[in-house]
Amino acid sequence: MRKIIHEIQKGRVLVSDGAWGTFLQKKGLLPGECPEQWNVTRSEDIFDIAKSYIRAGADMIETNSFGGNYFKLKGYGLENQVYELNKAAAAISRRAAGSDHFVLGSVGPTGKLLMMEEVTEAELYEAFKAQSFALEAGGADAIVIETMTDLEEARIAVKAAKENTACEVICTMTFDKILSGEYRTMMGISPAEMTETLVEAGATIIGANCGNGIADMIGIVKEIRQVNAQIPILIHANAGMPQYCDGETTFPESPADMASRVKEIIEAGANIIGGCCGTTPDHICEVHHVVKSVK
Amino acid sequence: MNELLTKLSECIEFGKINMASPYPPNMKGQEGADEITRKALEEGVNPQDILSLGLMPGMERIGVKFRENKVFVPQVLMSAKAMSTAMLHLKPHFLSGAAKQKGTFIIGTVLGDLHDIGKNLVGMMVEGNGYKVIDLGTDVNSEKFIDAAKENPDAVIGLSALLTTTMVNMEKIARDIKEAVPGTLVTIGGAPVNNDFCARIGADHYSPDPQGVVEFLNTKFA
Repeated sequence: MRKIIHEIQKGRVLVSDGAWGTFLQKKGLLPGECPEQWNVTRSEDIFDIAKSYIRAGADMIETNSFGGNYFKLKGYGLENQVYELNKAAAAISRRAAGSDHFVLGSVGPTGKLLMMEEVTEAELYEAFKAQSFALEAGGADAIVIETMTDLEEARIAVKAAKENTACEVICTMTFDKILSGEYRTMMGISPAEMTETLVEAGATIIGANCGNGIADMIGIVKEIRQVNAQIPILIHANAGMPQYCDGETTFPESPADMASRVKEIIEAGANIIGGCCGTTPDHICEVHHVVKSVK
Repeated sequence: MNELLTKLSECIEFGKINMASPYPPNMKGQEGADEITRKALEEGVNPQDILSLGLMPGMERIGVKFRENKVFVPQVLMSAKAMSTAMLHLKPHFLSGAAKQKGTFIIGTVLGDLHDIGKNLVGMMVEGNGYKVIDLGTDVNSEKFIDAAKENPDAVIGLSALLTTTMVNMEKIARDIKEAVPGTLVTIGGAPVNNDFCARIGADHYSPDPQGVVEFLNTKFA
């Protein structure tokens, strides 16, 4: 089987996809509606999103399963459909990706806090195991655990994916720039701190997603590189912070804005570059052009 | 000031729940908020003083440190846990009227949004600063906010949202509350929200951190 890390070892810089959530909203997903349910009720719309990123030049695409864990689905009364919805998510992206592009099964946080005893380690492990297992069954090549802020939850998710699937395991956390200019997750974790724990837990690619635009991501990549020269780094950057106007949410960074920082982020040590909230196939297309020209 | 209350405020600030709690490591084996509050009550310390001179200064210090990015969510949660442990001992005194809270704060995450970490954090900080908190949960519609506002005249309402998509609902709820119960103060917060948005939807106040909500309430209930 082809592996993402083999491509990186060849010296390639790869392009990942852009946003799913904001794309779904454009297609009519309503607030309060479960995005993962669309994998069965609106599968052609999901396929369309997946395909649009392949067409834009992405080497890999994610799956519509960010909130597909037991706890999030329970909020919609769909907790008994973990397998069905995640498998369908991966199958749709697989169909769009064909055999020559990678599929990353998206796994987001549960929203439950270990330290407040809202959930046990064993329950988290089981939830991430079930979701990863279903994503692999649907055809995912890798599991991407993302938007994590609590290092312990991230570590458990990485272990669960690693120990129960044959997929490559990627983990990205979400950092803010704090007043001192350093980067920390909401739970106080630094990129350097994250690196050691996630690599030890079995992640073969790590990085950052979401956050406040691609410029901040450069600093985060540098910090990871300072503590680990080898680990492949994946960045899924937001198109900046959302701005709200007259019932519409817009993101400030254009495809050209994002593309203008790609060379710099590659030089800092990133191996895979894609987008998060607010990025579109146009963003990915521009990123793809820069990546191709840099090589 | 009573030495017990100084100690209690430190337990709150550093998140020392009780003697058995291993957190924070440098206070291991010491009495926590649980034991000290009980002891203070047994020694006849006024419950109002326990709240105002023990819990509140501790919560205020952690709130300020959080705003300054010197601590993060886990430390605040531990402080909140220590605070709620102490509150359990004080509850009977609130009910009997021996101790009074400064006012009432109603909080909820708006319709369509199931995220509750930020909302809970604000609720706990506000409670620890001497307010009665009514938590309506997540995915809360206008009607529930309005009912709660009618049942609790003079309460301030806090609206929370994490998703950019549910900001729209925040606008509707804020306007519905203002229309149904004129004069009700509405404060908003959450990752996608800012001052501009606050002004546009006719809310009274926005804060990027829990301490800002406490300070807003303190100006209204002084």
